[in-house]
Amino acid sequence: MADLKINFAGIETPNPFWLASAPPTNTGDQVMRAFDAGWGGAVWKTLGDPIVNVSSRYSSVDMGQSRMMGLNNIELITDRPVEVNLREMREVKRRYPKHTVIASLMVESKRDIWHEMVKRAEDTGCDGLELNFGCPHGMSERGMGSAVGQVPEYACQITEWVKEVAKTPVIVKLTPNITDIVYPARAAKKGGADAVSLINTINSITGVDLDTFTPRPDVGGRSAHGGFCGPAVKPIALNMLAAVVQDKEVRLPVSGIGGISNWRDAAEFILLGASTVQVCTAVMHYGFRIVEDMIDGLSNYLDEKGFRSVRELVGRSLPSVSRWEELDLNYKVIARVDQDKCIGCGLCYIACNDGAHQSIAAEAAHGRTKVSIIEDTCVGCNLCSLVCPVDGCISMIRVDEGRPPLTWKEYSQDPKAHPHLGPANGH
Amino acid sequence: MNPFAELKPALALDEALEEASRCLYCYDAPCTRACPTHIDVPAFIKKIGSGNLRGSAATILSANVLGASCARVCPTEVLCEGACVLNDLHHKPIKIGQLQRHATDWAMSHGMRPFVAGTKQPGSVGILGAGPAGLACAAELLRLGIEAVIYEASERPGGLNTTGVAEYKMTPEFSLREIAWLVEAGVEVRYGSEVGITVPLGELESKHDFVFVGVGLGSIAPLGISGDRLDGVVDALAFIEELKMERSRARVGKRVAIVGGGNTAIDAVTQAQRLGAEEVHLIYRRGPEEMPAYHHEVELAKQASCRFHFLVNPSRVVGEGQVSGLELQRMRLGEPDRSGRRTPEPIDGETFVLPVDMVIAATGQKARALLDILPGVKLDRGKVLVDERTMQTSNPRYYAGGDCVSGGQEVVNAVAEGKRAATQMAAQLQQLQRQARKA
Repeated sequence: MADLKINFAGIETPNPFWLASAPPTNTGDQVMRAFDAGWGGAVWKTLGDPIVNVSSRYSSVDMGQSRMMGLNNIELITDRPVEVNLREMREVKRRYPKHTVIASLMVESKRDIWHEMVKRAEDTGCDGLELNFGCPHGMSERGMGSAVGQVPEYACQITEWVKEVAKTPVIVKLTPNITDIVYPARAAKKGGADAVSLINTINSITGVDLDTFTPRPDVGGRSAHGGFCGPAVKPIALNMLAAVVQDKEVRLPVSGIGGISNWRDAAEFILLGASTVQVCTAVMHYGFRIVEDMIDGLSNYLDEKGFRSVRELVGRSLPSVSRWEELDLNYKVIARVDQDKCIGCGLCYIACNDGAHQSIAAEAAHGRTKVSIIEDTCVGCNLCSLVCPVDGCISMIRVDEGRPPLTWKEYSQDPKAHPHLGPANGH
Repeated sequence: MNPFAELKPALALDEALEEASRCLYCYDAPCTRACPTHIDVPAFIKKIGSGNLRGSAATILSANVLGASCARVCPTEVLCEGACVLNDLHHKPIKIGQLQRHATDWAMSHGMRPFVAGTKQPGSVGILGAGPAGLACAAELLRLGIEAVIYEASERPGGLNTTGVAEYKMTPEFSLREIAWLVEAGVEVRYGSEVGITVPLGELESKHDFVFVGVGLGSIAPLGISGDRLDGVVDALAFIEELKMERSRARVGKRVAIVGGGNTAIDAVTQAQRLGAEEVHLIYRRGPEEMPAYHHEVELAKQASCRFHFLVNPSRVVGEGQVSGLELQRMRLGEPDRSGRRTPEPIDGETFVLPVDMVIAATGQKARALLDILPGVKLDRGKVLVDERTMQTSNPRYYAGGDCVSGGQEVVNAVAEGKRAATQMAAQLQQLQRQARKA
């Protein structure tokens, strides 16, 4: 069995699966049950001056019959007193010394208040600190959370204050509600952070009740934007992760967050450079028990691929993440339909005809729709293979036209030299 | 437990939503092609999924005004659901019939109209028979603004849809409720109106520009063997009708033989078993491969512990006053007949008696005598001859559809034919109008 232990910014952790700072890590009891279930670490629900929450806090987006494809919340940081949280944190660390406990912090933007909070948190024996510069609702209106994360100078300043007194590794949690996440990541680096975690939730309104006309969640006839998370945000998180990891200035370990529900999602974050992952929505949906398959599935995958440790997987996909202008314009694929597998639903036909490049022909045959690819005009866009409901029925086949790789930069220097790519060729 | 309880009960809301979400939303969908009325199935299912039940019902009813009945009585296994592409993917087609019921039930219980009568146009059509073909024809004509009057010989509408459907598929109350719904929307039915008797043919022809014949078929022909009038020998349709309309009077024997291999025979088997028969025998003169009954119906008979007797033909009903047995002649299959099925031939001297106390004949219905008096309307072996594209008979003023044309098909076929005839008659009326204006 592959080794899942990993060192994250100096913290030795039993496996890369951590709980994100959120409702599942609200109490010591929850965190201990999570560790019993197999979670390697937990980022405690953010500590700060106790707040008051509203009732009616979550709303979601369903997809067909699948519930909670995306989850939105307007819950704030912990509403329990700091000393209670710290006492429980100390107790958890005493009982589970090998598991990772990270204190998430968010206080008023004053140097002495941050110093005080860092010292109190570290006094529990926690393994590290996560600075919550990402919470997009409620706290941001009080000058905290994403109000800090959205201004690189503030993020840098507070990170510096924390680093003045911190003895454990400092992770800065980044907000995605910004034009380019690389800038606050660089600011964290400049302020001395030991790592970053991303993404926090995305500003969202999940929907509107068509009978009451009030957006969800309905708080007595009003609603406010919340933070969006869950499977729907994973592609956004993966892109931001790759951008931060590939930046030459940042060069910090990253804890990946955003829609991770199973080991496959986790493996993708790790392949794009995350060395730990944090999970919230999937646990809010199904409970701590999901980690069993995450551990089992990841280790089986590593074994099958011949990796001895999860460390060998970190960042392995990064070399293939490139800019568009570096892609090979001469690489060509076209669709191929396996007629034996085709069930004749016609979805590829209508998708191509109305939504793409009119390169599938259809005819009625035995009460079904029989399709065929018009290879001369097929641009290899993949759409038909994406809509096809039958596994392995439509494949995208490489067509080797014997041309050497050609980037946009090379092409644009002399377009006439590449007539096969011209508009007259149907492109 | 009610032995006549519905085999396919209504779906709960979340069941319907889950089922709707499974639909692939095929383009140019096979289910729609397989439906004789060409209901846009993916469209109505998509609308269930989006919570647009009004729109879903409208999609169904605009194609098939008896969509609520058809949701219950259609042999979906061989039509829409049989054509569903998901049969090929994971062997579980969408429950199209039950989803159609979900939408049409909503429509009926939410004050929605099955159709909206169109702006009044000149012309009038007399319709013979308030069965599915006549009702569909009337509704379509009214939708197009043309007057339509249904003449129904009996006092009860719906034809076999009311009295002849196995009870676990649909109750007579539901059929009547659906027709009452059509009547509220404008369909006019005159009961006790038998053309040639209470309504003279001349009156019919003088009042209406066109006549649509949707009279269905008559009772089942007697077996035509010695003893076929003994007590305990009954017609399968009369048996099912009594069970449906007057359950308390319905009687069944302990040991029952049902003669025939079609879907009516199967209905008689399952209904006799549910009514309390201890032994149910199905007597069919050909082999299992030749049975005209649908496979899924035959499975129902097997579930009802029916004993199948193939390659035997009744030669005599045994008994004194009351049936005590059925003498059966063993058969073998000879050369194919006109229908392509091999003709059964008796094997000399090989007979035996099956001890039964009831014999139910399900061997095919007689043609209605009325058809013989319609002027210039040609018949072929008791069936009205029509041009299938238009449903026009050999007399251009007469159109026809339903069982009197097909010899006995599904409700959905009758609906499609009634509607097709209505569209054609409306087009003819419009053309006559144009000609009149020019002249």
